[in-house]
Amino acid sequence: MNSIDRILEGQMLDETVWLDIGQFCAHLRVERHWIVELVDAGVIEPHGPAPEAWSFPASALVRARATARLVNDLGVNLAGVALILDLLEERRRLEHRLEELERLLVR
Amino acid sequence: MRYKDYYQVMGVPRGASQDEIKRAYRKLARKYHPDVSKEKDAEDKFKELQEAHEVLKDPEKRAAYDQLGENWKQGQDFRPPPDWGQGFEFSRGHGGEEPGGFSDFFSQLFGQRSPFGGIHGRGRAGGGFAAAGQDHVARVEIDLEDAYRGGARTIELRTPEMTADGHVTVKPRALRVSIPAGVTEGQQIRLAGQGSPGIGGGPAGDLYLEVTIRPHRLFKVEGRDVSLTLPVAPWEAALGETVAVPTLGGTVDMRLPAGARAGQTLRLRGRGLPGRPPGDQLVLLKVELPPDSPRARQLFEQMKREVPFDPRAGLGK
Repeated sequence: MNSIDRILEGQMLDETVWLDIGQFCAHLRVERHWIVELVDAGVIEPHGPAPEAWSFPASALVRARATARLVNDLGVNLAGVALILDLLEERRRLEHRLEELERLLVR
Repeated sequence: MRYKDYYQVMGVPRGASQDEIKRAYRKLARKYHPDVSKEKDAEDKFKELQEAHEVLKDPEKRAAYDQLGENWKQGQDFRPPPDWGQGFEFSRGHGGEEPGGFSDFFSQLFGQRSPFGGIHGRGRAGGGFAAAGQDHVARVEIDLEDAYRGGARTIELRTPEMTADGHVTVKPRALRVSIPAGVTEGQQIRLAGQGSPGIGGGPAGDLYLEVTIRPHRLFKVEGRDVSLTLPVAPWEAALGETVAVPTLGGTVDMRLPAGARAGQTLRLRGRGLPGRPPGDQLVLLKVELPPDSPRARQLFEQMKREVPFDPRAGLGK
């Protein structure tokens, strides 16, 4: 068990960390073909021409995990997930813009 | 233990068909799914919904649940009857893990050590079988100042744990975690070995912390950039004066360009969250009029007479 006095050092999984397809699968504990399906559906975008040469920013893990949850919980297919995630990103951007405008108007 | 009214949770009558239950689940899941929902307590509500659906979608579990009778009320003190589960045929053997975080009510009636569970009759971790523990994902909310400076923070988690008698309970646990300076919204921190323990000597799973940043009184964050709305006096904007601007690293002086306008954004390079490259601070100018006073009016009257200006010239007649 952890003592509260012990400080845990974590590994940052951001856009500066790149993972090959094997490492990406290992983080998610999924089969490689599932990652290929995510790429085909446009949910995540690798760098590189073919699966052997693909690399993913570690930040794509968040999108991949959200995909697994949405597929399991809502029964959405991968094309639907890609659309949902893009729309959520757009909603977040618009909310940010709205907040900025509200700060200008209301004081 | 408290009784759970699964029909109430799903908003369906006790006589609802399996199709109606499926439709109700899909509808509420869209509303409360933590990845899409803006509802307060979405995560807890979604967990409750999943638990209700887990029972009501399964005809065997639903029939057993219905046998408890319909006079129980949500939240009422409850003990399972001694003959619970007798007289039902069960589908067994999938051995799947039940989702973590379900209530004690579910765990006692339908958990792995209940008559409905999948692990009866076989020893856990026996026969040389080994498997890695489950990975966990937890969302943690930190202050923007912590994201800027980094440092050790205590994080409170609610972790599903299997008790000795086979029930799943949610236990609070606290971890001291080093937050790296420059962590941004949505980023993950992987804590190796902090997930579920492995089975039969298998390695423990990992814990992934998904970072969210608490709304700040002054600053908004977009990636590594932070933005601030800065009120300025009309003469500061017009004359291009030097003004004090709060940043995450402390107050800095910023020279406004002469003739600056309300709504104009100025950039303080490298004053956002640290990183490679560090983010910027965007300063949005908001021109504030001085409080009403005879002297202010006098000066505005003078400007009205002496400064030709029609702010609505572009609107047409």
